Amino acid sequence: MSDFGGLYDAILNGDQKTSVALTKQALDEGVEPLDLIHRYMIPAMDEAGKRFECEDFFVPELLLAARAMKGALELLRPRLAASGAQPAGRVVIGTVKGDLHDIGKNLVSSMLEGGGFEVTDLGADVSPERFVEAVRKTGAQIVCLSALLTVTMPSMKTTIEAFRQAGIRDQVKVLIGGAPVTEQYAREIGADGYGGNANVAVALARQIVAAS
Amino acid sequence: MTQLQKWLAAGPLVTDGAWGTELQNRGLAAGEAPDSWNLAHPERVEEVGTAYREAGSRVILTNTFRSNPIALAGSGLEGETEAINRAGVAISRKAAAGQALVFASIGPTGKLLMTGDVTAGQVRDAFAGQAAALAEAGADALVIETMSDVEEAGLALAAARETGLPVIVSFAFDSGRKRDRTMTGATPEQAARVAEEGGADAVGANCGAGPAAFAEICRRLRAACDLPVWLKPNAGLPSVVDGKVLYSESPDEFAASAVELLGAGASFIGGCCGTSPEFIRALAKRAGACVSS
Repeated sequence: MSDFGGLYDAILNGDQKTSVALTKQALDEGVEPLDLIHRYMIPAMDEAGKRFECEDFFVPELLLAARAMKGALELLRPRLAASGAQPAGRVVIGTVKGDLHDIGKNLVSSMLEGGGFEVTDLGADVSPERFVEAVRKTGAQIVCLSALLTVTMPSMKTTIEAFRQAGIRDQVKVLIGGAPVTEQYAREIGADGYGGNANVAVALARQIVAAS
Repeated sequence: MTQLQKWLAAGPLVTDGAWGTELQNRGLAAGEAPDSWNLAHPERVEEVGTAYREAGSRVILTNTFRSNPIALAGSGLEGETEAINRAGVAISRKAAAGQALVFASIGPTGKLLMTGDVTAGQVRDAFAGQAAALAEAGADALVIETMSDVEEAGLALAAARETGLPVIVSFAFDSGRKRDRTMTGATPEQAARVAEEGGADAVGANCGAGPAAFAEICRRLRAACDLPVWLKPNAGLPSVVDGKVLYSESPDEFAASAVELLGAGASFIGGCCGTSPEFIRALAKRAGACVSS
């Protein structure tokens, strides 16, 4: 059997073509999906996260690593599902109403997928009603709201209020993030958590799932 | 001597402050594209330019920050690219009333080249279209601002230089623990290199942090290249109080530390997020005293 250490490098270097090709090869050779995930894929994403923390990686490198991870995971998903493995959790994510910025949201979305979460990405300029609908449809436990503009931050509050009015506030934990967003703002609008970067967002999502 | 150096011959120039918040004060709704007002409410946009000129801005920008077709597509306005940019220059020209230069604003596409969301060709075409419209409408210079990615900035710079106008490239250093890196990790030194090698007339920093953090950025830009430096810091750091976003510095506090940036070698000084005509008035007063003394 071949050594698939190259999968670790491919993900860390954000090389999706290679990560997908190696994963395919590994599956063809009969390697267990969980073995690939735990030996190469998760360690690669952990290393990417560490490099981000020490300012060796910035947003683009992290995004590329997460996409390389996602490409590989998509190949594994049917086999994992067949073996009865569940996703780490279900997340609905989007940039709030009035805000078209999506770089940060895309990063968090990819990092969550890389972390094994099933992510429903609603895109940008998402109305509170669409968030409510998506939570009902997917049964998500976590909702992530993003905003880059100070003027669209109030849409986060409106969205949380919409969950309350729809009677689903208790079903979900709401995490918020974005350049102007702060921990204090999260408390003020009654969100359940604030992630200063994509790493923190994934860690918070894991904590929520572990506690539930 | 370049055109830009001629403008600077009498000393540093005070530029303007934020436009988006001023437009909101005049009724721009959250989520509405500010640039669309160049066609829908040109008189209200002109009021902002006039307020800055009256406050002492010797350079005013245009309400065209998001007017490249890739960014406009987010609001379904890409078909109006030329009209919005032309109107933006005409509005600021009227507001300048012959007392201020009009530097036309070009902002990022909002998409990342590195991840393949857009191609270099698409980005180049987008900036070329915007720059041509701004130049044809009579802008004095082009300001490529709030850039994160040096590759995107380089493409915008090449497209802007095709017009023959002076071009300034300004980056947002908002990342890293010391706030001296852009979102994509670029340092002031890398920014200076892209600007100088691409033939820019000036390099700069805007947004990202307050004036205090800009002193070090200014020194590093100056050490890394021979270009004049353009600076537009935020009014300190934002915080949210009762659902409203407040910046930490008053007009006087901002002006006091911004004027020190002239001592650090800045050639253009103004403000970004959180600043208003009041901030520019305070700044122009101190800068005037500084230049004549």
